[in-house]
Amino acid sequence: MQALYAQLLVGLINGSFYALLSLGLAVIFGMLNIINFAHGALYMMGAFVAYFLLNLGGISYWWALLLAPIIVGVFGMILERTMLQWLTGLDHLYGLLLTFGIALIVQGVFQNYFGSSGLPYAIPDQLKGGMNLGFMFLPIYRGWVVVFSLVICLATWFLIEKTRLGAYLRAATENPTLVRAFGINVPRMITLTYGLGVGLAALAGVLSAPINQVRPLMGADLIIVVFAVVVIGGMGSIMGSIITGFALGVIEGLTKYFYPEASNTVVFVLMVLVLLVKPTGLTGRAA
Amino acid sequence: MTVLTDDTLPVTPRAMRDEMIVFVCMALALAAVPFSGLYPFFVMQALCFALLACAFNLLIGYGGLLSFGHAMFLGTAGYCSAHALKVWALPPELGILVGIAAAFVLSIITGYISIRRQGIYFSMITLALSQLLYFIYLQAPFTHGEDGIQGIPQGRMFGVLDLTKPTVLYYVVLVGFLAGFLLIYRIINSPFGEVLKSIRENEQRAISLGYRTDQYKFLAFVLSGTLAGFAGSLKVFVAQNASLTDVHWTMSGEVVLMTLVGGLGTIFGPVVGAFVIIAMQQYLASFGQWVTVIQGAIFVVCVLTFRRGVIGEIAHYFRRSL
Repeated sequence: MQALYAQLLVGLINGSFYALLSLGLAVIFGMLNIINFAHGALYMMGAFVAYFLLNLGGISYWWALLLAPIIVGVFGMILERTMLQWLTGLDHLYGLLLTFGIALIVQGVFQNYFGSSGLPYAIPDQLKGGMNLGFMFLPIYRGWVVVFSLVICLATWFLIEKTRLGAYLRAATENPTLVRAFGINVPRMITLTYGLGVGLAALAGVLSAPINQVRPLMGADLIIVVFAVVVIGGMGSIMGSIITGFALGVIEGLTKYFYPEASNTVVFVLMVLVLLVKPTGLTGRAA
Repeated sequence: MTVLTDDTLPVTPRAMRDEMIVFVCMALALAAVPFSGLYPFFVMQALCFALLACAFNLLIGYGGLLSFGHAMFLGTAGYCSAHALKVWALPPELGILVGIAAAFVLSIITGYISIRRQGIYFSMITLALSQLLYFIYLQAPFTHGEDGIQGIPQGRMFGVLDLTKPTVLYYVVLVGFLAGFLLIYRIINSPFGEVLKSIRENEQRAISLGYRTDQYKFLAFVLSGTLAGFAGSLKVFVAQNASLTDVHWTMSGEVVLMTLVGGLGTIFGPVVGAFVIIAMQQYLASFGQWVTVIQGAIFVVCVLTFRRGVIGEIAHYFRRSL
C-alpha cells in the first residue's frame, strides 16, 4: 500500500503541473485565440530562472517563487508585444506555428549551454524532511507542491470568475470590440493575460525544479501531455481545466502502480477514449 | 476558416499546362542529378522528405487541417518496411507495400479519432496521437527501442533492380517520388480536391451545400497519411535504418517547417521547402543545437513576414498557381 500512496502523491504532483499549465493555456486561448506551444519552454525557463537566481544571485527558493514568474511573465509579454499581436485576424494555426518556433528557439539556446542533462536544485531548508502520516511517509516538499498549486489554481479561478478584472477579461473574450467601446484597453489586457498564463507556467517550473531537476527539455514532452489534457477537458471552463489536470495526474499515478508500462501513454489513451465517446471533450463546448 | 492562400485561382487548361511544364522541368533536373556530381544520397533523402511534405500539404494546403503528427506515418511505415525486409526477408517491392499498408491502417484509425474535432484541437490531437505511438515504439520489442532497426538489406526490386547500386536506388526513389507527386497533383485537381478546397475556405457553406465534409476530410487524411507512409518506406532504402527520430514530434515539426517555407497550399512549395531544410541541416550539422534555434527562427520569420512561402511568393508575383 505504501507504494500505491507514493504513486498517488506523484500523480497529484504531476496533476498540479497539468492543472497549472492547462489553466494558463486556457486563459491565453480565451483572450488571444492562440494555442501557446511555447508553454513548455516557458515552464522550463521558470525552472532555469529559479536556478540562476539561487546560484548566481544567492536568491532563495521563496523569492524565486515570486520573481521567476514575474521575469518569465515579462519575457512573455515582450513576445506578445513584438510577435503574437501581429497574428490577430489570421488563422489559429499561425499562432501554433509561431509559438512552436519560439519554443524551438528557447529550448535550442538552453540546450546549447546546458546540454540535455539535469541540473540539481536543492529543496529549501524549511521544506526538507517528511512527515509520517500513519499510512504513508509524506515528503514535506511534495505535499507543499500539491497544496500550493491548488491554492494558486483556485486563486486564478477566483480572479477570473469573481473579480471585476476577471469580468472585463471574460467580456473581452466574448466580444473584444464591444469591450473596447466601453473604454477598456483591450490590447493591454491581452498582453497582461499572456503574461499571467506564462507566469503560471513559470511558477509550475519553479515548483518542479527540486523534484524533476532543471533540464532544457523538461517542458518539451510535458506540453504534449498537457495538450491531451486540454483536449480531454476542453478550454471552455477554468474549473474544468483544474479538475481535469488533477484527475489525469492521479489516474497516471494509479497507472504507474498497477500497470507501469502504460504510465507514459495513459493520458493519450484516455484522450482517444474521450474523443470516441464524447467528441466535444468533457466540459462540452465545441471548438 | 480563414483563408490560407490569398488568391485561389481557377483551374484552367492554361494553368495546368504551366504546372505540367514546371513538373517536366523538375523531373528532368532531378533525373540529371547522378550526372551532375551532386551527392545522390542527399538528393534521395530530400526526395523522401519532399514526398512527405507534399502529402502533409494535401491535408493543410487543400483541406485546411494542420496535422502535427505526420511523423507517425513516416515512422510507422519505416518500421514496418524495415521489419518486413530484415526479419521476413521480403523483396523490396513487398516491403514497401507492407509499409504503405501499415500507414493506411494507421491513418484510418487516427483519422477516425482526430477528424472529430476541428481547427486547433485537430492539431493537438494528431500531436498527442503521434506521441502515443512514439511511446509504444519505444517499448515495443520489434522496433529495438533506442537502437532502432539497423542494417536493412536493400535487395533487388522485382528481382532485377539492384538497389545496392546508388544510381539504381536513386532512380527508384525518383520514380517513387514522381509517382506520389503526380497522384497528389491528380487528387488536388479532381472534383474531390475542389470540394476539399471549398471546405478549407468555408466549411459551414460546404455543409449547407450538402457535402458531408467529415467524409471528405477523413478521406483526405487517409490519402495524406498513406502517401506519407510511402515516403517512410522509400526512406528505409536510403537510410538503411528505421529509428525513433522518425516518429518523434521534432520530425512532425520539420515537415510543417518544410511546407511552410516552400508555401502552404502550393503544388511545388513542399518540394522546394524540403530541399531547403535538408540542405540547411547538412551544411549546419556541425553547429549542433543551433540548427534547432535556426529552425525555430525560420518558423518565426515565415509566420510573421513570409506566410506565402518561396513558391507562394513567386506564384503571387506572376499571378499563377504553382
